[in-house]
Amino acid sequence: MANKKIALALGLLLSISFCAIAQNKKTPTKPTTVIDKKVLANGQKVYETVCTVCHQSDGGGVPGLNPPLIGTDWVLGSKSRLIGIVLKGLQEKIEINGDSYDNIMPANDYLTDQEIANVLTFVRNSFGNKASAVKAEEVKALRSK
Amino acid sequence: MNTITKTLLTLVIAFTAFGFTPIKPTKKTAKLPTADADNGGIKLPKDFGAVVVSNDAGKARHLAVNANGDVYVRLRTLKNGKGMAILKDKNGDGKADESTYFGDFAGTGIAFANGYLYATSNTEVYRYKLNNGQPDEASKQTIVKGLPEQRQHETKSIALDGVGNIYVSIGAPSNVCQVEDRKKGSPGQDPCPILELYGGVWQFKADKLDQTQADGIRYATGIRNIVGLDWNKQNNELYAMQHGRDMFADYFPELYPLPEGDNLPSEEFLMVKKGSDFGWPYCYFDHIQNKKLLNPEYGGDTKTVGRCEGKDRPVMGFPGHWAPNALLFYTGSQFPARYKNGAFICFHGSWNRSSKNQGGYNIAFVPMGADGKPSGKHEIFASDFAGMEFPSPGAAKSRPMGLAQGPDGSLYVSDSQKGKVWRVMYYGK
Repeated sequence: MANKKIALALGLLLSISFCAIAQNKKTPTKPTTVIDKKVLANGQKVYETVCTVCHQSDGGGVPGLNPPLIGTDWVLGSKSRLIGIVLKGLQEKIEINGDSYDNIMPANDYLTDQEIANVLTFVRNSFGNKASAVKAEEVKALRSK
Repeated sequence: MNTITKTLLTLVIAFTAFGFTPIKPTKKTAKLPTADADNGGIKLPKDFGAVVVSNDAGKARHLAVNANGDVYVRLRTLKNGKGMAILKDKNGDGKADESTYFGDFAGTGIAFANGYLYATSNTEVYRYKLNNGQPDEASKQTIVKGLPEQRQHETKSIALDGVGNIYVSIGAPSNVCQVEDRKKGSPGQDPCPILELYGGVWQFKADKLDQTQADGIRYATGIRNIVGLDWNKQNNELYAMQHGRDMFADYFPELYPLPEGDNLPSEEFLMVKKGSDFGWPYCYFDHIQNKKLLNPEYGGDTKTVGRCEGKDRPVMGFPGHWAPNALLFYTGSQFPARYKNGAFICFHGSWNRSSKNQGGYNIAFVPMGADGKPSGKHEIFASDFAGMEFPSPGAAKSRPMGLAQGPDGSLYVSDSQKGKVWRVMYYGK
């Protein structure tokens, strides 16, 4: 009886380990697209001219006023929502990790499709963020909507 | 060596090692708690020390100290479902031994007056009656209701004049009243419709219940946003700190080139009289030229005075964007006589300057004359709150937010990051 129990426990342990290994093997299969360095450099230029003043050079924002751009779904999540914020600005109060941010963001629709794509790609791949690039065509499609 | 010599020698060595002469146990200093070795991480003038009352009361706004020494800290967001922390020091070492939470609304303003504790949300002014010196949570009354919850500058700060009035700051939900707020190139609205209900100080009765904004008097106008205000008992006038407008260097780099552009417009120290108009959004103050000038959205060019002629001027201007969030006229005797009736101003610290040129994150002191005007230049009283060479608002260790005077004349400071609270005391002779 006791032996059976041990055997069962061992079996369980082994199958769990195999599952873990299998999963570990799975994780890196998601294709990681290499972000063009030129795009990042151009994006950084736009960031420094337009965004730094509110979102700060470290992307940390200003507590209670201007939201941080680090590790948040607003930046890493839906690209179309993110593009929309740059094109139309943001008037509503938003909450991130239990803190609310009160300042308004103006529309930055004077930036070109490529400039918006560059700066959003930069933001999605800076300050510890890692996410896919934003393409100028994606901006163009939303702007004409 | 006999025992007495040994003891004396030890004492001498001990005092030499600590580098200061022993404070005479006068009645005044005997009751003071010992300061923390590092003054809680802040830099203070010689012979001043600080003890950390709490490290994490919650995201603090203004604070007030009850007659028994209990510290009441307003919170920006509810903690444990409550909007203010009560810090009690039971053994006299200056540190809170007990933190409890009180009141069901978050917000900024707070004051003990007329046997009540007054506190504000972003839309209301409430008060609690003191029973045996303690605010009674069940006695909550609404003094002012339905104030506008604007999208920016929405917090409400208060001051009382001791003769039955309470003053509430209502900030403008705008940077400089542009047609499209905060959009580069958008012109200023003229006249600015926002001034009707915002951008000033409203006066209400301190003991009348359920007043609305329409029941109050627009006491002063042309003020973009006030967070810090206080009543000066020396000349019986209201004073306030205006946050100057943002984005000069970003919208008009040719007019306000960096790094000098970071210093404008001034943060204004205002003597607020009934009927004062300080000129926002049309005007700003330039403390370098000592002039009230026209904003570029209204045709200004860094020199033109235009319609700003005759607008009320501040009693002092501070460098741009330092964010003055508290003002306190010191009436105690715990600090040396030169501080009496002077103004302490708490600068929360900038974000709207170049990243390696942020400023504030400190407390300034301004000596005041009996005429209600500064009698000297401002000096930095407390600094190093941010704990970093180039402070950034999100990463700063602490940001000084509120000021209060304790019953013994100690100066209390709150921090908005985690709710650190310092008690600053004078240990000199």
